[in-house]
Amino acid sequence: MIIAATLAIFCAMILAISRAFMGPTLYDRILAVNSLGTKTVLLIALLGFVMGRPEFLDIAIVYALINFISVIAVLRYSDSNQFKENSSENEPIGKER
Amino acid sequence: MDLVISISSGICLLLGSFICVSGSIGLLRFPDFYTRMHATSVTETSGVALILIGLMILSPDLLVFAKLVMILLLGLLIGPTTGHVLAKAAYHNGLKPKLTKSGNEQSSVPSSERGGDISKS
Amino acid sequence: MKRHSISLFCVLVAFWLLNSGHYGFLLLALGIISISFVLYLTHRMDVVDHESQPLHLTHKVFAYHLWLIKEIFHSNIDVLKHIWRGQLTITPTLKTIKISQQSDMGKVIYANSITLTPGTISVDLENDEILVHALDASSLEGLELGEMDKRISKLEQI
Repeated sequence: MIIAATLAIFCAMILAISRAFMGPTLYDRILAVNSLGTKTVLLIALLGFVMGRPEFLDIAIVYALINFISVIAVLRYSDSNQFKENSSENEPIGKER
Repeated sequence: MDLVISISSGICLLLGSFICVSGSIGLLRFPDFYTRMHATSVTETSGVALILIGLMILSPDLLVFAKLVMILLLGLLIGPTTGHVLAKAAYHNGLKPKLTKSGNEQSSVPSSERGGDISKS
Repeated sequence: MKRHSISLFCVLVAFWLLNSGHYGFLLLALGIISISFVLYLTHRMDVVDHESQPLHLTHKVFAYHLWLIKEIFHSNIDVLKHIWRGQLTITPTLKTIKISQQSDMGKVIYANSITLTPGTISVDLENDEILVHALDASSLEGLELGEMDKRISKLEQI
């Protein structure tokens, strides 16, 4: 069952990273990468149990902290001009796709 | 006793991985940034919690259990902080959410296009 | 101030002992050195107070957490239903709601609880208003009834 859960998390990571490549805006990409990091923490914890080496959990804790700090550090610069969105996104729902 | 442990942890792991996969599908399916954020917050709360609880049931000793609890608490602390920072940065930089028009302000999209169910509420 | 320092010390000792797993003399000595260094740094930064160590909430916060877990469970099921039914069923809404908490602590607990519950995100926090984005208009109505607001106000009073 642990192996099945590992494979499911792996599929979820592939879906998340495809959103990170597709994402129309910058914020979609940041959100997808953050979600990918959360799933990586789970994957490391599960792999530790699969291989019978629970020491992997230390790496999972460190990865969770790095994930948090990286998102905060990117958004620290959200005042700069590259983060501005043009208002063409402001269309009602249902227009897209 | 062994059977009870493996069955209960299996149920938790199965539910958790189902929720993680459906959170990612929501990340692909929803129409704009703010709604996608709701989909990831599902993964961040209940998906992480269920998978870690399933591993906690299997954990061989106290230290492993404590580390799993630590990862769970860190995730529950970090999730809303990151979500709020992202939403605030996106909102202040002019990313407008797609909203359903209801009541007095009518939708600019004709409801025959596909929005019949949306503009109902 | 003294209570908060002792509480921070206990938390750091528990963190070290649970994370290391080796109880030799050298590692315990290194732990004591780094814990006292962290205590010195936090005192220099002047961040050890009732905000970083909210001891006055301790006896009530567990009942609130149980209630919050129940809420998170219900709204998780709602959002999962929306994910699998597709984007025709969602009604994304953006609205400001009033909050009645006075202290910064209460406001932060309220905004974090809103964000932690799937289906609602607090986008912006002004003086006594929170801008909330909701996936479904009905969950916003539930928030406006003020159940969470009442519970946090009760939590705030000592």
